[in-house]
Amino acid sequence: MSPPSTSHTAAVAAAPGRGIAAWWQAAPFTAVFVLFFLVPLGLILMVSFWDFNEYELLPGFTFKNYLSVFEGCGNTADLCTTLRTYLSTLKFSLLVWGITLVLGFAVAYFLAFHVRSPGMQTLLFVLCTIPFWTSNVIRMISWVPLLGRNGLVNQTLIDLHLIQTPIEWLLFSDFSVVLAFVHLYTMFMIVPIFNSMMRIDRSLLEAASDSGASGWQTLWNVIVPLSRTGIIIGSIFVITIVMGDFVTIGVMGGQQIASVGKIIQVQTSYLQFPLAAANAVILLAVVLMIIYGLTRLVDIRKEL
Amino acid sequence: MKKARLREPRPLSFWLLAMVFVLFVLFMYGPMLVIFVLSFQGPEGGLTFPMRGLSLHWFRQLAEGLGVVDIGAALRRSLGLGLAVMACTVVLSVLAGLAFRKRLAGGNTLFFVVVASLIMPSIIVSLGIGLEFRLVDTAIKAVLGWLGLQETLEGFGTSLGLFTSALGAHLTWTLPFGLLIMFAVFNRFNPAYEEAARDLGATPWQGFAHVVLPLVAPSVVGIGMFGFTLSWDEIARTSQAIGDVNTLPLELQGLTSTVTTPSIYALGTLTTVVSFVVMGLTLALVWLLGRGRRARADR
Repeated sequence: MSPPSTSHTAAVAAAPGRGIAAWWQAAPFTAVFVLFFLVPLGLILMVSFWDFNEYELLPGFTFKNYLSVFEGCGNTADLCTTLRTYLSTLKFSLLVWGITLVLGFAVAYFLAFHVRSPGMQTLLFVLCTIPFWTSNVIRMISWVPLLGRNGLVNQTLIDLHLIQTPIEWLLFSDFSVVLAFVHLYTMFMIVPIFNSMMRIDRSLLEAASDSGASGWQTLWNVIVPLSRTGIIIGSIFVITIVMGDFVTIGVMGGQQIASVGKIIQVQTSYLQFPLAAANAVILLAVVLMIIYGLTRLVDIRKEL
Repeated sequence: MKKARLREPRPLSFWLLAMVFVLFVLFMYGPMLVIFVLSFQGPEGGLTFPMRGLSLHWFRQLAEGLGVVDIGAALRRSLGLGLAVMACTVVLSVLAGLAFRKRLAGGNTLFFVVVASLIMPSIIVSLGIGLEFRLVDTAIKAVLGWLGLQETLEGFGTSLGLFTSALGAHLTWTLPFGLLIMFAVFNRFNPAYEEAARDLGATPWQGFAHVVLPLVAPSVVGIGMFGFTLSWDEIARTSQAIGDVNTLPLELQGLTSTVTTPSIYALGTLTTVVSFVVMGLTLALVWLLGRGRRARADR
């Protein structure tokens, strides 16, 4: 997506003096992002080099915070806490990304190519978006009656004599965290992928099948490349959300599983702002690298 | 041609994907329906099935308060903040949408910043805003001390608050959605109407108020709905930027580890009802606006 730059825009912009008027209109909007986004980011970078004690932040320039984040990481025999936390967060990101991508693509494909009437298409699409309007925390805790020790799943399995004792790993585990993420964020994949698919010219599909392509070949060589934009946008959403998350991992992990976001949250609650800031800078760098890599990866395949 | 296609038998992939879709919908709705049902348990009910009785007991418990948490106050705070966010999102997005239609120096940079804000991990934005206001606090205290205003200094708590830092934090999340919707609207907007208005001697304000605004009104209402509902559920961006008091979702997050009765489900049912009321009102408003426009067009 990019700003609208149609011929309409040029026509409206032709009158002199409008550039200034445009800036007055955009000024309050811009001010919000300067005050609440750019300045805070700058402050995070600045404070990550500050010192602190129990009571206050001490302006200065020190690498102490970064050193303490990576304390013990020189040791090759045993992974340090920071690296372990990052690996665990990355593991969740990859798992959730893979599952939401496959599931989101399948649902979007069904809606875009198999549902034939536009009315039905809209109806089913809206059906998918409705849960999105419910509170995230509510959607998380709604798994408790199902997955808990005495939950519906365990009760059913016991009643069917498939198991003797309740399965413990259903709730407050890696499994429940991934499940909740998939439940919460598959929508972020479906919407952009569906959007890209709806723009695909249907005659291209006919051309592919006329040229003798099998269903899989059409899917892989026509539909997937043409849905690329949607796939990238959805992936960026899901990965950045999971990388920075602390709420879902906290609630669904029973406050037992560490994540980068959780570390930042805990450190701020102890007023260790410079440490939290250093962690935030590192997290930001990792997320940006993933996004960069993702766009590279897909662009390269497009050129092949 | 179309009829021939309709008579074609559905391929196997259709049935497989239809099954995936149905399972997906069940997966989306199942757990939520479970807690809605469980929130209507009798006084003996617990967090899981089977249902023990049917009553509004847990809603009454909720009204009386859950432990130390004042749910009513948190609800009012969230509503107030949601409405403020909604108003700001609508006004600022529409203004920015109009600005982007003209030649806007630096418009690409602004667009890049907006997209960056949308995909930035929320905890980072939240931490930054929290830091910013803490540093502002330090500065204000220093200035007050320097001016010798001891009483004011002692009375001063923090500049972190619902309508300062939290409002700003929410806007960094809602405004990108607002702007993208405005782009979608104006990409399909035909400027001939505006030109016609101008040719008939309308001032820019008249052109906006009588031509552009009525045409984009349904989308503007949609932006308002996005603004409210995104703010109503927001946790991650508010967590470090709220100060002393909490919004409803933050209280709710805290309650998940302390409350072990179905009253938490009742709270869930209640917040969901609010979301759906907002959605319903919005759709009704959009429908009314559309009907009014069609009626005028028919005349």
